[in-house]
Amino acid sequence: MGEREGVGRWLPWISSPILLVLFLGVWQFAVSVVGVSEFILPAPLKVGESLVGMLDEPATWAHVRVTLFEVLLGFVIALLVGTALGAVLGRMVWLERAVQPAMVAFQVVPKVALVPIFVIWFGFGMTSKIVMAVILAFFPIMLNVLLGVRSVDRGHRDVMRGLGASRWATFRDLELPSTLPYIFAGAEVGIVFAVIGAIVGEFLGGSEGLGYLVVSSLNSLDAPTLFAVIVILAILGSLLYLAVTTAKRFIIPWHDSVAKQ
Amino acid sequence: MKMTQKATVQDGTDDTAVVDPSRSGLGPVELELAGVNKVYQARRGRVEALSDVNLSIRRGEFISLVGRSGCGKTTLLRILSGLLPPSSGSVTANGQSIWRGSARNDEALQQVGLVFQEANLFPWFNISDNISLPLKLRGVDRKARAARAEELCELVGLRGFEGAYPRELSGGMRQRAAIARALSSRPSILLMDEPFGALDALTRDKMNLELQSIHAATGATVVFVTHSISEAVFLADRVVLLTPRPGRIRSVTPVSLARPRSADTEASVEFQQIVRGLRVELDEES
Repeated sequence: MGEREGVGRWLPWISSPILLVLFLGVWQFAVSVVGVSEFILPAPLKVGESLVGMLDEPATWAHVRVTLFEVLLGFVIALLVGTALGAVLGRMVWLERAVQPAMVAFQVVPKVALVPIFVIWFGFGMTSKIVMAVILAFFPIMLNVLLGVRSVDRGHRDVMRGLGASRWATFRDLELPSTLPYIFAGAEVGIVFAVIGAIVGEFLGGSEGLGYLVVSSLNSLDAPTLFAVIVILAILGSLLYLAVTTAKRFIIPWHDSVAKQ
Repeated sequence: MKMTQKATVQDGTDDTAVVDPSRSGLGPVELELAGVNKVYQARRGRVEALSDVNLSIRRGEFISLVGRSGCGKTTLLRILSGLLPPSSGSVTANGQSIWRGSARNDEALQQVGLVFQEANLFPWFNISDNISLPLKLRGVDRKARAARAEELCELVGLRGFEGAYPRELSGGMRQRAAIARALSSRPSILLMDEPFGALDALTRDKMNLELQSIHAATGATVVFVTHSISEAVFLADRVVLLTPRPGRIRSVTPVSLARPRSADTEASVEFQQIVRGLRVELDEES
């Protein structure tokens, strides 16, 4: 058992570089042997060069900062509002019943289609992107918290009731800790959605951010830059996701989702 | 009061013959049930879960409640523990009423410790924090809580596991921690709802022996719900047999086997006779 667990722990660290090298190999192969056009698929090295060149430019970092700010602010707002609303709806079954059809209706709307409206309402600046990030990240967080509040173990509740625990003590020692894993489950999805929201918002309007950079390099048919921006976005997304899972490790080390890894 | 618990059980299994005044003579009444009824309003009409239950339990006494499932033994225990209000009747602990109408009397319930079928430990607390949770709720400071948890770990045989998390413990060890938690605020009454029901037979036997020594060491009054007649007889000073629909007391059987009881006790003729008698009674009613 112990040995197998050890292998499981280290395997991704070995397999991921191999997969990356394999991916780059196939890519290079497609370019140099199959002969895919440079306009469609630039060689990995070209993209690398472009990436290095971009990272040297302060303008790129300004775009990164804009996107990062939109994502983080959108995510934090979604986290606060989603947790609060999820907690309230989780407590009040009748209220959840009442607003459920409206929630479902809003959820099934492809929210990306709302971006033009937000541009009209909030302008071409960062606000419309932040709103988009909030709207996308908010739902998974709220739904998870709602579920979490409902999932407090009955036996655990009996323990607190048997001890005559106050409302505050019940919240502090039981409800909050048992809801935290659900908040994190929502946050892990939420941070990814917040990135999507901000990028899509930048696609459709404005002159700042990595999403804008994608569109502008497409307009100038600069494939290497386009690919380089996508690489930056991938790294940014991964780092943000990593930040959330790391926070989870520190805040709920006792939970199965952390302990069994 | 007799709430002075011996914090350390004599480091082993044998030396449990602690002199217990409550068992040699008759102590004062600790827990009194008078005319307790419980009626549920189910979809198909009224269900009488308990009907006119009367019982006086003396200080330091070990009472086992046995009966088939559905006889209301868990309902009765939940009424005693302040989790479920009775429809009528009174429950008093040392003269204090546990229920005021359908509101629980927290002051009276301070004397009560509770152990469930599931250990119900909080996975986010380590064993020490789980055990001392009742003290935390009473505002005892962190240092005193840790000290008490250590004492109790000693008592229930969990020494060295204070910092472990519940998921790292076996079922039997978790249940020990649950017992320790129930004892942490030094209650004079310990209520146990099939605490070993989810454990395997071997662990269960061991836990019964240990519960006996914990009972001797703390001198607590115990009400123990089980569906195993032999377990009930092994542990109890008196076995209370409940019959279902409506749940009521059918008989109260005194068990005067010498303590500490052991595997030899279970092999004795006297033990077997009591168990057989109860089994016959249980069969008669159906």
